[in-house]
Amino acid sequence: MAQPLIRLEDVSAGYRHRPVFTHLSLTLDEGRFAGIVGPTGSGKTTLLNTILGTIRPHAGRVLIEGRPPGRTRSGEVGYVPQLETVDWSFPVTVEQVILMGLYVNRRWLPWPSREEKRRVAAIAEELGIAACLHHHIRDVSGGQQQRAFLARALINRPRLLVLDEPTAGVDIKTQHDVLHLLEELNRQGITILITTHDLNTVAAHLPWVICFNQGIVAEGPPREVFTRENLAATYGGELAVFDHDGHLLIAHAPATHA
Amino acid sequence: METLLEPFAFEFFRNGLWAALMVGALCGMIGVFIVLRGMSYIGHGLSHAAFGGAVLGYTLNANFYVGAVLTAFFAALLIHQLSRGGKIKPDAAIGIVTTAIFALGVALISRVRQFTQSFEAALFGNILGVTSTDLWVIGAVLVVTAVGLFLFYRPLLFSTFDREAAAVFGIPTERLQVGFSLVLALAIIAAMNIVGVTMIAAALIIPAATARLLTDSFSIMLLLSTVLGALVGVSGLYASYHFDAASGATIVLFGAGIFILVLLYHHLRERLAVHEHLHYHDGVAHAHPHTHDGDHAHRHEVPASLAAPGQGAKAQGRSSEMKVRYKKI
Ligand SMILES: Nc1ncnc2c1ncn2[C@@H]1O[C@H](COP(=O)(O)OP(=O)(O)OP(=O)(O)O)[C@@H](O)[C@H]1O
Ligand SMILES: [Mg+2]
Repeated sequence: MAQPLIRLEDVSAGYRHRPVFTHLSLTLDEGRFAGIVGPTGSGKTTLLNTILGTIRPHAGRVLIEGRPPGRTRSGEVGYVPQLETVDWSFPVTVEQVILMGLYVNRRWLPWPSREEKRRVAAIAEELGIAACLHHHIRDVSGGQQQRAFLARALINRPRLLVLDEPTAGVDIKTQHDVLHLLEELNRQGITILITTHDLNTVAAHLPWVICFNQGIVAEGPPREVFTRENLAATYGGELAVFDHDGHLLIAHAPATHA
Repeated sequence: METLLEPFAFEFFRNGLWAALMVGALCGMIGVFIVLRGMSYIGHGLSHAAFGGAVLGYTLNANFYVGAVLTAFFAALLIHQLSRGGKIKPDAAIGIVTTAIFALGVALISRVRQFTQSFEAALFGNILGVTSTDLWVIGAVLVVTAVGLFLFYRPLLFSTFDREAAAVFGIPTERLQVGFSLVLALAIIAAMNIVGVTMIAAALIIPAATARLLTDSFSIMLLLSTVLGALVGVSGLYASYHFDAASGATIVLFGAGIFILVLLYHHLRERLAVHEHLHYHDGVAHAHPHTHDGDHAHRHEVPASLAAPGQGAKAQGRSSEMKVRYKKI
């Protein structure tokens, strides 16, 4: 099964004349559930945007299933933006947000067809937000907001799902709910790529991790990748790794605070 | 009765009324996208640029409309390009581009004196000088805009809400932006002689902002804003005849008045809605969700199980009565 779904070949990308990373090569196999971790400003979002095609690389090649991003079958790549970038005062309901996922399909009438409504209801049911479909997006909980945008990305049954910081700004219970949901989707065969700041969540939930700081420091299963050396190379400071009853825990090394 | 109907006897007034109706609706529908994108002053800017373009076109012996539309369209694209990098915010981009073009127009006018007269209409609006050609132009722009917004409703909604995500989903956001800029330029030129360069911003913003206060649904906001724009246009023009005041200004004042009324209503509704703060009743200080009535009596929203026994039941009893009154408002 393991053929690369995402392939970056010697890619340099960034903004204007300042590259954020250079000569980056990366492959992500189909079926993976991978998390990119790294300090703030390390270029995680830039990397995601390069993969999604919203940033054109200065050099190198980006291929999603052998095709450049933007040339993929519409709906093949699902994307959930960072919730902090959403305009929460915009007049749309949860249902209307999910419907936007279907706007990639050509239909000249503004209102949804019966079939489209059925699909929205089905995906909302699947994600457990059927009850709040008609609420304004501001008026539902953080977890429900996250699910609404997830539903918008999933409604086209994508092969690749990309999420920027899905664990930011929600409480720990919601974080776990979202990650369980992603695990379930991954089991159904969707390749998932996320960025996050939460190392412990990554260690607990994700089978694959990419330590990133303007380039790949290390990648592999968390148990192999989360070593003192790798974390120091990624974050600069000293981080301690503990094994607690088989759970990996990452914390500030006490010495650095002295 | 006769004085009320008096203005309808004049053709210039009926033409003006049609113009106000169509321009009001046009600005109302386009304004929704502008207000939601946080680019409210683009209309103000582009109308100034269009004015500069009109003067320039006149100087070059080109058609007034052609010069104005091309310049406004060009300015809209330039603003978009300038503000894309992130270093220059849209408001600064609007300020630089449009004021520069406006200044060019003013400079040209000041060099050639005899201009001054004919451009006054564009600056302050002259709704009562509307010709039937103007009406046809405005009508055509209105139809093009309405059809365009209808057909591209979905991608426009998505890219207005979240441009980046829309691009990832495969919506051609760049082409949409160009198309929207063109429609906006056309609308501004259509509105320029009616409400005047100086008042266009209000015609674009007020109906949309008012509609936003009244609904949380995009489609309803779009419809409401269109209807409000048309209503304000017609009633403002009618009032301007009776008060013998400048038509553009009266229309804007009418719009502002309606906005204030809606704002008051909105504020009242929010106050009546369920909320929570520390308060007293039966001698006990506590906080819990409730709604307000005029005399600060309130209705409990907490389930009876959470409220203190006795108190809860009492408050609940009062509430049903209040709920009925609330609904009647
Ligand atoms: N639109 C932009 N224009 C110019 N520079 C940018 C832009 N967005 C980000 N940068 C710069 O690029 C670098 C990488 O930013 P990026 O957003 O990719 O980091 P990140 O790892 O996602 O950070 P965070 O964890 O805070 O989200 C930073 O130095 C940032 O200042
Ligand atoms: Mg980021």
